[in-house]
Amino acid sequence: MPLKIGVPKETYAGEKRVATVPEVVEKLIKLGFCVAVESGAGDAAHCSDDSYRAAGAEIIVGAAALWSAADILFKVRAPSPEEVGLLRPGSTLVSFIWPAQNPELMQQLAAQNVTVLAIDALPRQLSRAQKMDALTSMAGITGYRAVIEAANAFGRFFSGQITAAGKVPPAKVFIAGAGVAGLAAIGTAASLGAIVRANDTRPEVADQVKSLGGEFVKVDYEEEGSGGGGYAKVMSEGFQQAQREMYAKQAAEVDIIITTALIPGKPAPKLITAEMVKSMKPGSVIIDLAGEQGGNCELTEPGQAVVKHGVTIVGYTDLPSRLAKQSSTLYGTNLFRLAEELCKTKDGIIDVNMEDDALRGLTVIKEGAITWPAPPPKLPAAAPQAAKPASAMPAAKKGHGAASEPMAGGKLAVMFGIAAALFWFIGAHAPAAFLGHFTVFVLACFVGYMVVWNVTPALHTPLMSVTNAISSIIAIGALVQIAPPLVPGINRPDDWIRGLAVIGIVLTAVNMFGGFAVTHRMLAMFRK
Amino acid sequence: MSESLATVSYIGATILFILSLGGLSSPATSRRGNLYGMIGMALAVLATVIGPRVTPAGIGWIIGAMAVGGSIGVIAARTVQMTQMPELVALMHSLVGLAACLVGFASYIDPGSSLGLTSAEKAIHEVEVYLGILIGAVTLSGSLIAFGKLSGKIGGKPLMLPGRHMLNLVGLLVVIYFGKVFMDAHSMSGGLVALGVMTAIALLFGIHMVMAIGGADMPVVVSMLNSYSGWAAAATGFMLNNDLLIVTGALVGSSGAILSYIMCQAMNRNFISVIAGGFGGGAPVKVDAGATAQPVGEVVPVNAQETAELLREAKSVIIVPGYGMAVAQAQHTVYEITKHLREKGVNVRFGIHPVAGRMPGHMNVLLAEARVPYDIVMEMDEINEDFPETDVTMVIGANDIVNPSAQDDPNSPIAGMPVLEVWKAKTSIVMKRSMASGYAGVDNPLFYKENNRMLFGDAKKMLDEVLVALKS
Repeated sequence: MPLKIGVPKETYAGEKRVATVPEVVEKLIKLGFCVAVESGAGDAAHCSDDSYRAAGAEIIVGAAALWSAADILFKVRAPSPEEVGLLRPGSTLVSFIWPAQNPELMQQLAAQNVTVLAIDALPRQLSRAQKMDALTSMAGITGYRAVIEAANAFGRFFSGQITAAGKVPPAKVFIAGAGVAGLAAIGTAASLGAIVRANDTRPEVADQVKSLGGEFVKVDYEEEGSGGGGYAKVMSEGFQQAQREMYAKQAAEVDIIITTALIPGKPAPKLITAEMVKSMKPGSVIIDLAGEQGGNCELTEPGQAVVKHGVTIVGYTDLPSRLAKQSSTLYGTNLFRLAEELCKTKDGIIDVNMEDDALRGLTVIKEGAITWPAPPPKLPAAAPQAAKPASAMPAAKKGHGAASEPMAGGKLAVMFGIAAALFWFIGAHAPAAFLGHFTVFVLACFVGYMVVWNVTPALHTPLMSVTNAISSIIAIGALVQIAPPLVPGINRPDDWIRGLAVIGIVLTAVNMFGGFAVTHRMLAMFRK
Repeated sequence: MSESLATVSYIGATILFILSLGGLSSPATSRRGNLYGMIGMALAVLATVIGPRVTPAGIGWIIGAMAVGGSIGVIAARTVQMTQMPELVALMHSLVGLAACLVGFASYIDPGSSLGLTSAEKAIHEVEVYLGILIGAVTLSGSLIAFGKLSGKIGGKPLMLPGRHMLNLVGLLVVIYFGKVFMDAHSMSGGLVALGVMTAIALLFGIHMVMAIGGADMPVVVSMLNSYSGWAAAATGFMLNNDLLIVTGALVGSSGAILSYIMCQAMNRNFISVIAGGFGGGAPVKVDAGATAQPVGEVVPVNAQETAELLREAKSVIIVPGYGMAVAQAQHTVYEITKHLREKGVNVRFGIHPVAGRMPGHMNVLLAEARVPYDIVMEMDEINEDFPETDVTMVIGANDIVNPSAQDDPNSPIAGMPVLEVWKAKTSIVMKRSMASGYAGVDNPLFYKENNRMLFGDAKKMLDEVLVALKS
């Protein structure tokens, strides 16, 4: 029995997005699901009931009817208390939840005995999670829309022009924070012809800024600002001082400032002071994308566009909703990718596999039990294996060097048993001199084991040639035989031994010099 | 130089060798790693030559032998083609094996080496000599055959003698028997006969073992022989009571063993079955015709012009190279195409299967030679997720590593082997000389998929045409 995906109309005031669009409905149906859409759900995003119906969805009039009919609910905004009440026990909800900010909501949802996947709780550092990353797709839209809002409020062209009616200087745009939204804003502003500058506390994004046509403005202070997971962290006092000076300088020069600075779990940093706003040219525009977290500008009024000191300060918190069709399409596709992960069998039945890093991160409530926050996902070294689509074979393979799973107890016991017997045998019979060498040998095997697992697969050929060169250490064996100090009283077949040893040295010398030389030649070729 | 000074030099050399292997964890540190290896080797050799165990009478011989061998080695290293790396490595393994044998024999006929040993110590010494020569001989002949197979001097098909497992078993028993004869021998000539017989059997065993292994399993064999050459050095170390040799041999031995393990994992095969041989030829793995699903559908051939068209319209491209690229020496043209597409803003990346080519890391070296930046060359696990978002994948001279039946068809001989999921891309283009099956002798349903195109011809020639078409 395939499950029914329900898409209700968003009830949050001013929300125009919808969790799926007709194009995506078709794909969901191909996955085996039934899809039901509340009548009028897509109106604000220009998706009519008819278009949903044409794509194969069922249209249900009234929220209550839809919520009770659906097994899985796709939503954009976190549900309101009334909507939580409509949830059927045993059903699954997928939407933005922000579990850290909404503990009461989490409690209410858990009480309904449902499973909740919070799309905002996705472990974004998993590369295969990117296709489901709604935060990124929404941030991209936000960045684009921020520039459009700025252009709307700004009284001039973005691009510089020389016309018969006089010369128009290009607009100067400064973008604080080069995350996804910041980068989208850089690209959009640059393509409109503005001069774009950007700054970020994470120096590694400088290249990305340049690649989109922006100029990276450095803060004159040495400090690393990456806080893990691609987010920024709080910076030191000295850095902040240098940063303020840089912002003050930029504020006086540029026409438009777009701020996107957010630190997870903290109020947005106040980057633009009232003083800086005063120093801006009249008619300038500030678009503050951090409005929801208090704003990056001291004068921002969240949700409002205000004019202060002659500067328009836009603090809208619903930019994605202002581009409803686009956001709905991208969000719908993100949810479709999630549905694919949930339903690998393509039969319309979902499996919330808690062994899967991505799904584990998303699942904040599982059958009424709060499972948030998820443990940090295993990092890429081990993760890709979990990503394997279910194949016909029960392939349980470990990734490169990831001996993460402990060996089965019985097998381990047998191995220890054999090792113990072997060691006992050697200990009981071998003389002390041998044991010294044996110790060295066993330890060296372990060192080799540890070191070689760290070798990157790309360098396996050089590894072989360098180990080859190193194994010509056997030359030592030939060297000590060629002319050892004489021991009186023994008849030693000198010529024979010398002959063998000389050949041995020639052979190993080929290896020694050849091996290192060819390794050197190969390694010299590896370049970024 | 005193004995103690020589010993601490050896410890220094040991540390340098470990650092050398450690350096290979990333391309950025690898050059320094190689340098450490060279310094370590120089230190070890110098400490030995001026140490107490070599008298001045030998210095001339040593310099002469080093000069001859060293120049051969350097010339070989300079002139070798990157596509011939597997052959060179195999050949070098055989040298280590031969050296181990020679040192073993020399040690045996030198009465000074077992002077003053107690009977238990003498017995152990003899076992060490015996084992050292045994491993050395297997490495020698096995590597030579591997070299022959890799360079095409010997056919790639596995040689199947009737009752080959029996033969090996009998060989092993004879070796053990002569081991006993050798231990009991009272005269040197008696011992030498036993040693000689054992060496002959070991050589035959090495030949037989590698002859029975098919071309696709070559990466395992090459890394296994790498491991053997290490164990041979370690055995020699025991024989000569030399810890440096033991440590180095153990490092190399475990390195080769790990590589073999990784390669086996990459083919979803267990080590024993690779060594037992027979996979690469097709004949012994023939499943009932009905059991293996026959691919249905039509093969759609394209020409270079159309390929260029597809590439030009793509936003993201993944190139999957295989042994065919190495054979055709097409890596430079591949890079030209890559460069051209990247300048156009196309996201071009490479997906490398762990067993692509004939030795571990073979493709990486070839691409590096062609100056492909290593940060766009991805491992299978890194890139497999990205195929569905890719517009075009180009498979150049690879077959089994992109075969969907490894996932879909439990009856396939390669079922369960991890493969690059190129068929998930919007379009895949497979460059091949003909419709012949790969080393595993399995038909490839990929060729019959709707979104697959075949570009028949020599990889180099076709890619040159594609490049011209792209630039026009």
